[in-house]
Amino acid sequence: MKGLWRAQCGVSTPYFQSDLMPMNSTIPGPSGSATYNDTIVRQFAIAAVIWGVVSMLVGVFIAAQMAWPALNFDLPWLSFGRLRPLHTNAAIFAFGGCALFATSYWVVQRTCQVRIISDKLAALHFWLWQAVIVAAAITLPLGITRGKEYAELEWPISIAIAVAWVAYAVVFFGTIGIRKVRHIYVANWFYGAFIIAVALLHITNAMSMPATLWKSYSVYAGVQDAMVQWWYGHNAVGFFLTAGFLGIVYYFIPKQAERPVYSYRLSIVHFWALIFTYMWAGPHHLHYTALPDWTQSLGMVFSLILLAPSWGGMINGVMTLSGAWHKLRDDPIIRFMIVALSFYGIATFEGPMMSIKTVNALSHYTDWGIGHVHGGTLGWVGFISMGALYYLVPRLYGQSQMHSLRAIELHFWISTLGIVLYIASMWIAGVMQGLMWRSINTDGSLTYTFVESVKASIPFYIIRFVGGLMYLSGMAVMAWNVAMTVRAGRAQDARIPAVLAPV
Amino acid sequence: MDILFLLVPFSVVLALLIVGLLAWAVWSGQFEDVDKEGERILDDQA
Repeated sequence: MKGLWRAQCGVSTPYFQSDLMPMNSTIPGPSGSATYNDTIVRQFAIAAVIWGVVSMLVGVFIAAQMAWPALNFDLPWLSFGRLRPLHTNAAIFAFGGCALFATSYWVVQRTCQVRIISDKLAALHFWLWQAVIVAAAITLPLGITRGKEYAELEWPISIAIAVAWVAYAVVFFGTIGIRKVRHIYVANWFYGAFIIAVALLHITNAMSMPATLWKSYSVYAGVQDAMVQWWYGHNAVGFFLTAGFLGIVYYFIPKQAERPVYSYRLSIVHFWALIFTYMWAGPHHLHYTALPDWTQSLGMVFSLILLAPSWGGMINGVMTLSGAWHKLRDDPIIRFMIVALSFYGIATFEGPMMSIKTVNALSHYTDWGIGHVHGGTLGWVGFISMGALYYLVPRLYGQSQMHSLRAIELHFWISTLGIVLYIASMWIAGVMQGLMWRSINTDGSLTYTFVESVKASIPFYIIRFVGGLMYLSGMAVMAWNVAMTVRAGRAQDARIPAVLAPV
Repeated sequence: MDILFLLVPFSVVLALLIVGLLAWAVWSGQFEDVDKEGERILDDQA
């Protein structure tokens, strides 16, 4: 392996000859005549925008179904139960996934100052991932499901996901292995943790015994399956939806703000704290269930501890604008990114609060959970992805900026308003549901029937539908803006700059 | 709670690997002169 590294770097001296070379130097290599592979970035970036629109469209449709159940049309393929996982999978893995892949391929190449180690494996990753998404779009409405949240796709698709993931991991870590810069920039640590964690999570939770081509049984059962499922589920949030997107924060916010990360030391510290703590939070999904009480308490305590490293990341990102706050006023792209961090802060405060057993006794199974999820997904994940994509698209097509800055402004405001409507309506509905369900008359009987709480929730489902529709409209504006930028531009790969001489 | 026979050793191994990774990072000088590393990405052309 070391020989490969030396050959790639064009250097005859050992790579880590620390006593001869300064510790933070870069290895001089051949002058930059080669290009980065930005084709893979382009592919995933455009895919992210398309799947963003699709996943949000499905989301708006199922939100409408909650308010107006006639929209189920008595058709199994359009029923809420089958479309909901299509929405969640599309939003997390199609939209979120492609945004992570696009940005990580961009960042790893530029921070390592080297082209990805294998164009073919990256292409396999892209096409296999798109095939997985299409397979999901077909099988989920057909009712083919494992019934495990965010892990519904049946075993043949699970295997395809694992293959695509291995290809991705080989390219990402292999590229770091042939890097020309000794230091591994912090964003790559976040991406790396995301890649490794998701591999572990997926393989563990997907383990099942196939019975037929489209039906398998989990190797786990009962409350043990629940524990594995929610170890997976919460770490999917913590590593797929958090660590990966923090990688985006640590590269794209400094680049857009033209200022370094506020505290590089803090970024290292909170990285290690975050990845260690997240693994233990899963039981907070299982409060007051058959899960042992001590496991629930463990999940609760670690979820509360998690507030610290999460807010460390938020503060680090927001304070990067220190001395340049005016950019929030003038630059809508940085606004997307900073507001994303604000929602990240809200979600990582709300989450620990909801992990407290007493609070959870009210909030569990209510729409408060949905409100929490969508503040995190629409606010944090959505906005940071959009900010990064607005940074990337012009550069991928040889343009100095997006086709329309006013359209970015419009997108920002309509989407922000949409998020506020969404989460406020779900907070109110959730607390109301929790209170109605636990209300007991003096004789010990329940005050309300379940269906009464459903009826009382309908106005909030309508408001939530409007909020979601606004968010989708913002995404549609983005899709138009991206299309116009692409049309005016020309796909081009950036040249790799000559590696900076050692200091 | 038999699943713990899987989860606990798995978690311990994982935690040890993570500590090992941190040790490698410290040992190979990843955390030397970090302020400069934060600024390095701004020197790039893209």
